[in-house]
Amino acid sequence: MSLISAVGLGVSYGGRKVLFDIDFQLERGEIVTIVGPNGSGKTTFLRALLGVVAPSRGRVTRAKGVSVGYVPQRLHIDPGLPLPVSRFLSLPKRRSTSEIATVLERVGVPDVARQNMATLSGGQFQRVLLARALLVKPDILMLDEPTAGLDQPGVASFYRLIDEVRREIGCAVLSVSHDLHVVMSASDRVICINGHVCCEGAPHVVRAAPEYRALFGLGTGGALALYQHSHDHEHDHDHNHDHEEDHAHHAG
Amino acid sequence: MLDDFMLRATLAGLAVALATGPLGCFVVWRRMAYFGDATAHAAILGVALALGFQISIFIGTMVVALVMAMIVSVLAGRGWAMDTTLGVLAHSALAFGLVAVSFLPAVRVDLSAYLFGDILAVSRFDLAVIATGSFLVLGLILWRWAALLTATLNEDLAHASGINPGHERLVLTLALAVVVAVALKIVGALLIAALLIIPAAAARNFARSPESMALGAIIIGGLSVWGGLQLSLLQDTPSGPSIVVFAAMIFLVTTIAGTVLQKRSGR
Repeated sequence: MSLISAVGLGVSYGGRKVLFDIDFQLERGEIVTIVGPNGSGKTTFLRALLGVVAPSRGRVTRAKGVSVGYVPQRLHIDPGLPLPVSRFLSLPKRRSTSEIATVLERVGVPDVARQNMATLSGGQFQRVLLARALLVKPDILMLDEPTAGLDQPGVASFYRLIDEVRREIGCAVLSVSHDLHVVMSASDRVICINGHVCCEGAPHVVRAAPEYRALFGLGTGGALALYQHSHDHEHDHDHNHDHEEDHAHHAG
Repeated sequence: MLDDFMLRATLAGLAVALATGPLGCFVVWRRMAYFGDATAHAAILGVALALGFQISIFIGTMVVALVMAMIVSVLAGRGWAMDTTLGVLAHSALAFGLVAVSFLPAVRVDLSAYLFGDILAVSRFDLAVIATGSFLVLGLILWRWAALLTATLNEDLAHASGINPGHERLVLTLALAVVVAVALKIVGALLIAALLIIPAAAARNFARSPESMALGAIIIGGLSVWGGLQLSLLQDTPSGPSIVVFAAMIFLVTTIAGTVLQKRSGR
């Protein structure tokens, strides 16, 4: 049985259809990436799966006992709220000091437990958010543009971390992303959304799909195409760093 | 026992500080300052209705405060900017209340007691009601603490943790209505929001965690009540405003101290 599924899902805000006719299943251990232009309903889709927004049509079913670790796109913490990292990780459920130390170590920020959330750098902050999601021992890790605001090396190392973690605990990963070039190649399945599902399938299938090209071909234009070109040639090698520079160069 | 009016006043004030401390923190964290104002100002309308229908002032103010809080929640984000909506509601509620009170010719109403509080006139019965209400609010917030904090941080994150942010909002709304009803006697409708915000803001200057901030707000609120009452007794100043003056001075001191300490530790 699927971990989570949506059948004929539709979501409307004040009469405007944001999503319609979406069928979706996520299987155990799968890596699925949702891509789509701004305003295409990607985030709404994730929030509907989380149960934050109620579907106006269709339904979302979650298998019994499935735990979801959620990493939000942004987390604004009011400056009036003093919040040490260890306290943040203990919300809403108390976690022991050793649990917190272990998970912070795992995400590569072992020394921040006593620091205030407001003093963390962008990269540290994202890792702490990931740590909190990992504490629930998730069957599904849901990430909403988790690397927005990180620089290129930061993005790459964050996704490497996600990949390591997934191998360790075997969770499914469902992410919404703009970082197409980094994410797509690591995905089992890519779903391209623009209100409805435009196209879906393995990364190389989606990449070649005319619907996908129509949505992204012009916008990110040459940079993306060039990147994919170089990527296609060396897809089995782990040349992440070169890739970024390559990409950054073309993009610039 | 409890014959001394000063003792009753002090106990009543301390009891209210137990509730306003942690609730005030949420008002600060969630940026509900104006929301608190609107709810508190509506209390005057509650007083008028309570006197008109001859029911308990506590019940009257609590019900009207609750209705006001609900109206604010429903109207929030519809058409107008939040601060405009709240500005309209807060001041309208006060004006409607003042006009409504003037329609009560049979009763000689000492309006200033409701606008600025009348803590020195707290009776034993008042004290019992104030203490009960305050402990109820404190208990409610302690019980929901982790969920309230999570929902305050981020509603989506709360949802993912199995917490319904709507419920937590309702908890705070209820708590606010009860606090308005019990604090009316202490500092009056105009200054209830001050009693919520100033101690919490002062505690923020040295707090390292949400819990220490709430505890700090309780202590600062308690100190303000005690100091304000002494000031009122010695200098014959109005008691409600004296309490807020004391809180404001503590805020000033902790702000300066906090800034100095931060500079010294090189951050």
